[in-house]
Amino acid sequence: MFNSYLENTLRYYKDKCINCKRCTEVCPHGVFVEGVANAELVHPTRCMECGACALNCPVQAIEVQSGVGCAWAMINAALRGKDMDSGECSCGGDTGSCCGELK
Amino acid sequence: MVASKSPCCSCSCEETIYPCNCELHTVDSTITIANRFDHFLARWGIKRMAHRVEPGLYQIGSPCIDSPVFASANYTLSFDALRSALAGFDAYILVLDTKGINVWCAAGKGTFGTDELVHRIETTGLGNIVKHRKIIVPQLGAPGISALEVNHRSGFRIEYGPVRARDLHEYLRTGKATSEMRTVNFSIYDRIVLTPIELMHISLSAIVVAIILWFLAGIVASLAAIVAVLAGTVLFPVILPFIPTKDFSMKGLILGIIVAIPFSITFASSRGLPGWVAVLGAVTPLLIIPAVISYLALNFTGSTTFTSRTGVKKEIFKYVPVMAAMAIFGSVICIFLGLCRVLGRI
Repeated sequence: MFNSYLENTLRYYKDKCINCKRCTEVCPHGVFVEGVANAELVHPTRCMECGACALNCPVQAIEVQSGVGCAWAMINAALRGKDMDSGECSCGGDTGSCCGELK
Repeated sequence: MVASKSPCCSCSCEETIYPCNCELHTVDSTITIANRFDHFLARWGIKRMAHRVEPGLYQIGSPCIDSPVFASANYTLSFDALRSALAGFDAYILVLDTKGINVWCAAGKGTFGTDELVHRIETTGLGNIVKHRKIIVPQLGAPGISALEVNHRSGFRIEYGPVRARDLHEYLRTGKATSEMRTVNFSIYDRIVLTPIELMHISLSAIVVAIILWFLAGIVASLAAIVAVLAGTVLFPVILPFIPTKDFSMKGLILGIIVAIPFSITFASSRGLPGWVAVLGAVTPLLIIPAVISYLALNFTGSTTFTSRTGVKKEIFKYVPVMAAMAIFGSVICIFLGLCRVLGRI
């Protein structure tokens, strides 16, 4: 009930996969693992929609609506009556709380 | 950091179609006290956009035409993590212009991206400096980089290195990143280093609110505002995994209620007040504090390493109306009690 993270926009078309293993390499949460004939989608709910797999898949076997999941930017966009997905993440500016400085 | 520029002798401007700035910067792997001070300021969000390295090509050690090339962002924390991890190696570092933003965030925004990487390969004349055609890109740069497209456009092959620069030694030795090296964590240390910036974001508004509350409702209310902000920005990130439920807003509400209880009791047990005032006084912190902490908690999703946009959006629709209602209701009571107090009715 209090888990909004059970669904996401990740879609995997296994039949298109050529087993290049790029997705297993770029995913930071182990969503895909190497399989025998193609990559296996083992942890779909761990996906954070960063988009690395889809962008690096050479045969478009993966689709995901990636974007910066910045609540501050989305709420601001919504308040101004704009599309929430158009909200510019503020980590370029001095205000707003977004983006860890991990790396 | 010792940085110097030298004319890039192996880069012949005549041979490249694109303008070549013919500049090769030199760095070493030492992290100086000045670097550490710069990192400290970056962590506290002071001069947030000033922690930059000049984009371009850098040499570390004494690289030759066969030496590896590593890509990095022009944010000092990213660049310094890489160069300190390369101690003892001879290599090149290709610094992309990410506007002073770290690799992962910049990749998400597209500034650490295919276009910038291809552009930087061309302007630095990298193809004339190294014989091989391989660039090691940090794995967290992948959301911005299409390896295939970079290869088509520049001839360079992308190899995704480990998530953390400190694993580079092992990665270069074995030529393989283990699944542990490929996975992002969010350890207590990772969470603690984020707290100063979370606190700094809201410190000014928190101080203003605390001063207003001091005059309107007294020192305890003022203290409640400070405690709520500290709980939301410092305590919440630190104890994040230990608070029940998955939704950040819900976690924030739970923490908020716990934090509000002592204030609620304090107001309820104030001597010499009419019963209705004590009741309203007890209800106010239970409405406002959880709403504030829940909002701060929701905003922390932007700093975590695992929340998806779909989930955050769901949280916004689910909880922001609740937070707003609680905050408005609580504020109305607070202002009403404040006015009664100022007018000498209680």
